[in-house]
Amino acid sequence: MCKRMQCKSNNLGKGGTTMKNIIINTGNYIAAKAAVMAKPDVVAAYPITPQTTLVEGIANYVASGEYKGEYICVESEHSAMSACIGASATGVRTFTATSSHGLLLMHEMLHWAALARLPVIMCNINRVVGPGWNIWADENDSISQRDTGWIQFYCSSNQEIFDTVIQAFKLGEHKDVALPVMINYNAFILSHTSMPAEIPSQKEIDDYLGKYQPLWRIDPENPVTFGNIIMPADYEKVRRAMQDAHENAKKLIPEIAQDWKKKFGRFNGDLIEKYRCEDAETILLAMGAIAAESKVSIDNLRKDGYKIGLARIRTFRPFPAEDIVKLAKKTELIVIDRNISCGYEGALFTEVKSALYNKSDAKVSGFIAGLGGKDVTYNHIEDMCKKAIKGKLKETVWYGFEEVKK
Amino acid sequence: MAIKDLPDTECVLAGNAACPGCPATMGLRIVFKALGKNTVMVVPACCTAVIESVYPNTSFDIPVMNIAFEAAAAGASGVEAGLRMQGKKDTTVFAWAGDGGTYDIGIQALSGAIERQTNFIYICYNNQIYSNTGIQRSGATPLGAWTTTTVGGKTEVRKEMGDIIRAHHLPYAAQACISYPEDLYNKVKKAKSIKGPKYIEILAPCPPGWRFPMEKTVDMGVLAIETGAWALYEFENEKMTFNGKSKLILEKKIEPKPVEEWIKYQGRFKHLFKPTRDEKTLKAIQDNTDIIWERYRACYLNKNNE
Amino acid sequence: MRKKYNVVTSISYPKEGAMGKTGSWRVFKPIFSKDKCVKCLRCWIFCPEGAVKKNKDSSVSIDMDYCKGCGICANVCNVKAIILEREEQQ
Repeated sequence: MCKRMQCKSNNLGKGGTTMKNIIINTGNYIAAKAAVMAKPDVVAAYPITPQTTLVEGIANYVASGEYKGEYICVESEHSAMSACIGASATGVRTFTATSSHGLLLMHEMLHWAALARLPVIMCNINRVVGPGWNIWADENDSISQRDTGWIQFYCSSNQEIFDTVIQAFKLGEHKDVALPVMINYNAFILSHTSMPAEIPSQKEIDDYLGKYQPLWRIDPENPVTFGNIIMPADYEKVRRAMQDAHENAKKLIPEIAQDWKKKFGRFNGDLIEKYRCEDAETILLAMGAIAAESKVSIDNLRKDGYKIGLARIRTFRPFPAEDIVKLAKKTELIVIDRNISCGYEGALFTEVKSALYNKSDAKVSGFIAGLGGKDVTYNHIEDMCKKAIKGKLKETVWYGFEEVKK
Repeated sequence: MAIKDLPDTECVLAGNAACPGCPATMGLRIVFKALGKNTVMVVPACCTAVIESVYPNTSFDIPVMNIAFEAAAAGASGVEAGLRMQGKKDTTVFAWAGDGGTYDIGIQALSGAIERQTNFIYICYNNQIYSNTGIQRSGATPLGAWTTTTVGGKTEVRKEMGDIIRAHHLPYAAQACISYPEDLYNKVKKAKSIKGPKYIEILAPCPPGWRFPMEKTVDMGVLAIETGAWALYEFENEKMTFNGKSKLILEKKIEPKPVEEWIKYQGRFKHLFKPTRDEKTLKAIQDNTDIIWERYRACYLNKNNE
Repeated sequence: MRKKYNVVTSISYPKEGAMGKTGSWRVFKPIFSKDKCVKCLRCWIFCPEGAVKKNKDSSVSIDMDYCKGCGICANVCNVKAIILEREEQQ
């Protein structure tokens, strides 16, 4: 059956159309489009490179009338998250976006949103943390927020950004989840790179998301106090409930992914996107743009006879520990981290190993690559894999530095 | 508006965690009488966040959103937008913060919210210290005052938040004091009737923080006004009106009592009197007060004011 | 419509006496003489606790379950209708 596609540069056809709508635009503009289509009542954001075109995109939709919600140009990222929390607490859908230092400045309030069980949805453009000033791709910003209780996705294409933003509202607002969701994607490689993305109609999005039903709200007709003093045993219950919500999310994310595939014909992966893993003896684990590049490396390595596959970690929180154990059944694993927890290792490397402990004795090798926005090409990735295959590496290698003596 | 005419509305429930003699609950009772039940309160870290008492109970019979210390005005911006988007335009949103969360850590969010013309009332109850964390100095602490972090007496004058707020050209700003309930009630009621950002700062004499007997809370407020250490005024559409004794002081119709008449009753200033009088600091305190009034007169006296 | 929300987070519901019977904090207690009262209601408006209740006839009664004994009511009364007395030792 032949699918007719209509390419449009900006505007979407209003109302339903049986023709698929494909736009070609940067990750940021596509994220802005998704955010606006989800119809959050309140957006509160502060600009920071390279998120700026996302908030500018939303401002354009305000001017055109396509976004009818309240867009608060706050005076800092801390205030952005605080305003989103205030709005979300009244029972409305909220959205924001940030990057790097902006995310770090929000850190306190990230905890607040998660402990308050408010499904604030946020795009974070993974950018290097200074000093010195550096605007390129690095994942230390969001990785260092992994303990805040937010659900974290890492996207590797503009299409996935669109789909994941919409799915994030659905997931975060689910009554068994009620958690904020962070959609991460790499600075410039995705945020400022144009790729095609198929956009469903507004009606399809409206039908998919439905109306937000908050679990609690600030409401003069039912006065409650949110967030007063809480004693230790009661606080522990709040934490436990958040943990349970993450476990629920772990089950819901694959369901949402399959449901999306049925409705919109696209599958971006659920907790993990697997590529050529079926008969693999080695599996490469990576996130974001590096993982996208890796598909080319996998194809090239396969041509050279390596039985290698890619497991792109799409969901970092909740951490897909069980799925990783399954991946390691008959394989060795290679992990590439675009982050470093100084004093120890890359976060994905550590968490993969801890997921396997007592459950698998698969060999796991680790690379640090692309810190500071250093370019990581599919050639580099092939090189890393060749170095690590058959368990040759004895410790983490910072790819591109002098080889550590083995 | 006489005291007996003030409404019966009570949103602060008895049996809460406030200190005996607390000016915060005293002021809040009056604020709620003026605002009524269709109100949402945003509270950052401050004494009031503790006065609310312990989960799963609260002593406030009104919706309260507690938020992080520096975020009161930002949280209120969000609450206001969220309620308005649901059509609840008549619900009053107000932030209730201490001087710490207003003058210092919260000043950025407050300035931003006012500059954005957020439709809310921001009320600062000013006890001139970080009271909740145990009486540390704040930007509102007056010159010479002992606090746990200015043990020998603060060597800097206090900020004048009112001036900073008025520089935003907001529709309404006022200074009040818990000792003058009708005046406070009227100001809150006035603020409620105006659209846009409104700022009210209430002087809140704190017995443990200022070191005076707890039954004297109201007296300490009266003396603050009578000595000019605090001024009662309203700023509406760029016009300043002083109230009560403050008006008489502004117009030089009465002499304010020396500031010493206020500070001598407070233990936080006792090092200025014993073992010997610290004339230098006492004079500096009086001078600082005089300068504030001279500037009020220069800016606002005989300039089409009532 | 007072309803409880079905989510485990720090949401608290209004309750009088949330910190218990704070009357137990008192060292001094207010004694009110109705015959001296001129119904100015200064004690009612200045009580930080709201423990001085306004009666229909504008006289007052003090809720001793919650009165913390700060003495402000006695301090602001211009006709000494409220005086303070030390609580009996329990």
